[in-house]
Amino acid sequence: MAVATSVQSVPSAVRRAGSLRLLLSRVGHDPTAAGGTAFLIVVAALALLAPVLSPHDPYAIVDRPLRPAGEQTVLGTDDVGRDLLSRLLYGARVTLAVGVGAALLTAGIGTVIGALAGFYGGRTDTALSGLVNVMLSVPALPLALVIGAFVEMSLPILILVIGGVSWTSSARIVRAETLSLREREFVASARALGAGDGRLILRHILINAMPPIIVAATLQVATAILAESALSYLGYGIQPPVASWGNMLQNAQRYLRRAPELAIYPGLLISLTVVSINFVGDALRDALDPARRGAPNW
Amino acid sequence: MRTFLIRRILAAIPTLLAVSLIIFLLLHSAPGGPMAVYANNPNVDPEDLRRLEQSLGLHDPYPVQYAKWLGSMLTGNWGVSYKYARPVGAILGERILATLQLVLVSLLIAAVIAIPVGVLGATARPALQRVVGAASMLGVSVPTFWLGIVVLLLLSVKVRLLPSGGMATIGADFSLADRLWHLLAPAAVLATLEIAGWSRYLRSMLLESLGQDYIRTARAKGLAEWRIVMRHALRNALLPLITLLGLQGGRLVGGALITETVFSWPGMGRLLVESLAARDYPVLMAAFMLMSVLVIAGNLAADLTYGVADPRIRLE
Repeated sequence: MAVATSVQSVPSAVRRAGSLRLLLSRVGHDPTAAGGTAFLIVVAALALLAPVLSPHDPYAIVDRPLRPAGEQTVLGTDDVGRDLLSRLLYGARVTLAVGVGAALLTAGIGTVIGALAGFYGGRTDTALSGLVNVMLSVPALPLALVIGAFVEMSLPILILVIGGVSWTSSARIVRAETLSLREREFVASARALGAGDGRLILRHILINAMPPIIVAATLQVATAILAESALSYLGYGIQPPVASWGNMLQNAQRYLRRAPELAIYPGLLISLTVVSINFVGDALRDALDPARRGAPNW
Repeated sequence: MRTFLIRRILAAIPTLLAVSLIIFLLLHSAPGGPMAVYANNPNVDPEDLRRLEQSLGLHDPYPVQYAKWLGSMLTGNWGVSYKYARPVGAILGERILATLQLVLVSLLIAAVIAIPVGVLGATARPALQRVVGAASMLGVSVPTFWLGIVVLLLLSVKVRLLPSGGMATIGADFSLADRLWHLLAPAAVLATLEIAGWSRYLRSMLLESLGQDYIRTARAKGLAEWRIVMRHALRNALLPLITLLGLQGGRLVGGALITETVFSWPGMGRLLVESLAARDYPVLMAAFMLMSVLVIAGNLAADLTYGVADPRIRLE
C-alpha cells in the first residue's frame, strides 16, 4: 500500500507545487489576459448586484418608448418604455448564466464521452466516435434553432440545448488526452496494483487531463454566450419579457434610425465579455502548455 | 485514392442516415405535430384538416412515415412547400445559389485579407504582433449579427453608402454591378470570422515552419528574409489552411444563416428561419438534409485536397 501511495503521488505532487500561484503570475503578465480578467470581474459583480444597482424594475414601463437618456433614465428607454440600464444589468445575469452553465454541461458531456471512448477503445470508441461524427455533420446553429422552436424555452432548457449541440470538441480533446495517458507508466503501475477502471479513469487519467479540459471549458463559455445571443436574436432563445443581451438586440434593428443605442450597448457588452474570456482562455492555455511559450501570445 | 474515396463515401451513408433520423424524430415529436399551426386557425375546418393530414400520410405510424420520407428524399421527390405551394427542390435550388454567391465572395475576401495578416502576425515586431493578435481575437469575439447591425447603422443609415439588404435594387434589371453592390456588406461581415480564424491559424503554422531546418538552410544560403517567408515557409504553412477551408466551407452554409437574416439575403439559412416560423416541414427537412450533406462533402473535400497538396500524405 505504501508503494501505491508513492506511485500515485508523483503526478499530483508535481501538480501541487505552487502551480496555482505560478499560473496566476503567468496569466497576470499577459496584459490582454489581465485586462480581460478585470473586465470579467466587473461584469460578474454588476450581474450579481443587479437588484441593488438597477435604478428601475427591468420589467416596468418607466417612460415613453425609445426615449433618449435624460432625467428619468441613465441610458434611455427601450421600444416598450422600460429602463435600458436596468435591463442590461439583469440581462448580464441571464447571459452569463447561459454561458457558464452551457460550458459546464459541455465539459461534463465531453469528458464522460471522451474518457469512455479513449479508455475502453474498440467498439465503445467506434460507437462514441460515430456519435461525434454524426453531431459534427449536423450544422449546430440550425439544429439548436429547430430544437428551440419546438420546446417551451426557458433558461435551463436553453443551457441544455446549447450544451447538447456543442460538446463534440471537448469530447475529442478528452479522448485524445485519455488515449495518450492510459499508456503511461503510472497508469500501468496503478492497474498492476489492482486499481479498477473507475479509479484509473477518475484518479489517474482525468486528473492529469484537467488542464486542457479547463482551457476548453473556459473558451466554451465564450462560444456559448455567442450562441445564446444568436438564438435569442432570432427569437428562439431567452423569451421576453426576460432580458438577455441577445434578445435585447432582437428588436433593435427595427429602431436603428431612431434609437441606435438599443443595438449598440448590448452588442458591445457581448463583444467585450467574449473577447475577455477568449484572452483569459488563451493565456491559460499558454501558461499550462510549456510548448506554446516563446513568441508573443495571441 | 479511388478506394479511399469509395470507402469515405460509404462511411458517410450511416452518418447521413443517423442525421436524417434525428431530424425526422425532432420534427415529428414537436407538440401538436406538423399541422399544429392550422389546428388553432378558426378559418380551417377540422374536417378539412383531418383530410389534409390523411393525404399527407400523417396518420401512418412513425416508421412508415420515416421510410416514405427517406424514399422520396432519395428519389428527388422532395414534396411541396406548405408555405410557398411550390416544389421544395425548386425553392432550395434558388436559395442555395444565393448562399453560394455569398459564401464564395466572403471566402475570397477572407483569403485576400487573412494571408497578409497571418504573415504580419508571425514576422512583425513583437509589439505589432500583439496588436494584430488582439485585433484578430476581437474578430472571433464580436457576434456576426451585431457586426452586421453596426455596419448597417454606419454605412446605410448614417451614411447612405450601401443598400440596407436584399439581393438587388427593387425594380431594377439584373446587373452584375448591382449584385456585387448588395453582396459587399454581408460578404465582408461573414468574412470577419474567417479572417480572424485563418490568420490566427496561419500565424501559428508559420511560426512552426519558420523554426524548421530547411528555413535555417535557406537563411544560411543568404536568401532575403521576405523570400524565405514567402517561398519557403508560407507554402508549407498554407497547406493546413486548405483543410480548414474544406472543413468550414460546408459549415459556412449553415453559419451564413445569421448574416442572411440581418441583411435579408434570400439564402438557405434565411429559408430555414422562415420555414421554421411557418412550420413548413417539407422545406425544413430537405434544407436540413442538404446542409448536412454539404458539411460531409466539405469534410471529404478537405481530406482529398490535403492528399493532393501534400504528397507525403497517402490516402488509404
